[in-house]
Amino acid sequence: MREEIIVSGRNNPLIDPQLHVWHWEIPTYLFLGGLAAGLMFFAALYYLRGKENDYRTAVKLAPMIAPIALALGLVALFLDLHHKLYFWRLYTTIRLESPMSWGAWTLMVVTPVSIIWSALHIKELFPNWDWKFDFAKELIDFFQKKKKVLAWIMLISSAILGIYTGILFSAFNARPLWNTSIMGPLFLASGLSAGAAVVIWMSKDHAERKRFAQLDLMIIGIELFLIIHMFMGFLASTQVQIDAVNLFLGGPYTAQFWGFVVILGMIVPAILEGLELKGYKIPVAIPVVLVLFGSIMLRFIISNAGQASRWLY
Amino acid sequence: MRYAMAIDTKKCVGCSDCVVACQTENDVPIGHCRDWVVEVMDGTYPELEMELRSERCNHCENSPCVRCCPTGASHYSDGGIVLVTKNECIGCSACITSCPYDARYVHPDGYVDKCTFCLHRVKKGMQPACVAVCPTKCMYFGDLDDPRSEVSEVLKKRKYKTLIPEAGTKPQLYFLI
Ligand code: SF4
Ligand code: SF4
Repeated sequence: MREEIIVSGRNNPLIDPQLHVWHWEIPTYLFLGGLAAGLMFFAALYYLRGKENDYRTAVKLAPMIAPIALALGLVALFLDLHHKLYFWRLYTTIRLESPMSWGAWTLMVVTPVSIIWSALHIKELFPNWDWKFDFAKELIDFFQKKKKVLAWIMLISSAILGIYTGILFSAFNARPLWNTSIMGPLFLASGLSAGAAVVIWMSKDHAERKRFAQLDLMIIGIELFLIIHMFMGFLASTQVQIDAVNLFLGGPYTAQFWGFVVILGMIVPAILEGLELKGYKIPVAIPVVLVLFGSIMLRFIISNAGQASRWLY
Repeated sequence: MRYAMAIDTKKCVGCSDCVVACQTENDVPIGHCRDWVVEVMDGTYPELEMELRSERCNHCENSPCVRCCPTGASHYSDGGIVLVTKNECIGCSACITSCPYDARYVHPDGYVDKCTFCLHRVKKGMQPACVAVCPTKCMYFGDLDDPRSEVSEVLKKRKYKTLIPEAGTKPQLYFLI
């Protein structure tokens, strides 16, 4: 039998025997970014479609979570950096070829927009809220008048943010498992699904919950389609890519991926949401928690498995 | 100018002198290496072939590590040598994930580090430490644009390969076979 035995003298920590430079920080950052993108996207979409008062949670309440998620995501990203003192360098350069740079600048737009959007609605939720300073009030008035423009910026920038969470991975040709253009849409869909789940959770309005449960069902369907598409693409590709996808088809990540992401994170909540729409009483927290769990697991598993996939030995 | 290195897999005996020379020359932190030797045993018993390869950063002409760096710390320097400016590097590790050869590592001080083709020596007209120290003289270093450089000469005479050419990085490390 033909055999190839390779012994490498290299032994660099975090690189050998298997690449593991990205730990929990990057997937967490991507999950929080995706969630914020989902929340902001729906808020902008339904505001622009004139549904502000029909879907109050989606347009006004839920997006308040976005700035918090983004801030926590940035903390996670910061923790990931090994050379933290130079963090500001991200903002003294614009490098369009670098997905990390792209992400940093997208967040630079998205974060203030999310904060302004929350500020515009805070009085509706807390009627006693007082901005205290005149200048803050003037600023709020200014944005109130420009709300439509703001919503458009939010719609577009949140979609970019959602896609970026996947592109960060897919831009790395060196890791065959990540190197597929499906990552962008898949992660966008997963972020939208997480956003919809949070709206369902927070909303007290039956019609709104129903609408978002339908939306979530549709998005889960799209996600499943994208996953199947991804597998077909890999299996029809080169040997390195087939090896990479075999991590999920009988390899060490198989049980995690199918169990946590696909079954628990997509199929089970989809069934529960479907039953709920048919009128069965299902505690809303269960599908919501499962969707969020699946969305987190997707990032963790793709991050880890991607780092396990390689070209050379 | 286009610096490149050719390494003779037939002459290499796997002594790892290049590794030690590099560690000493470049103050590589203990437990890390910028170059390393790989032994590949291939074939069906009893017909086995062994290849010894001294590997390091390939100073790719089309480097994903330079492209993905968000701060510009990873850049091309003289003669296409790929370098990292340590005070510009934020240690995001994007370049490590983007290198198909896994040629980089995180220096304990936080920035990302790798082979520099000993540019500081090359500028003085010397050879990289690994090339200078090799007891079997299996490495050739020089300018590919100069047809009379050692490396151009040897690449004209011998058969060679590069590692994972299909990744499209255009490596500048040639293995004579
Ligand atoms: S071998 Fe890796 S680190 Fe070196 S230039 Fe090529 S991609 Fe960059
Ligand atoms: S770790 Fe440093 S050199 Fe590498 S991509 Fe990040 S900033 Fe650039």
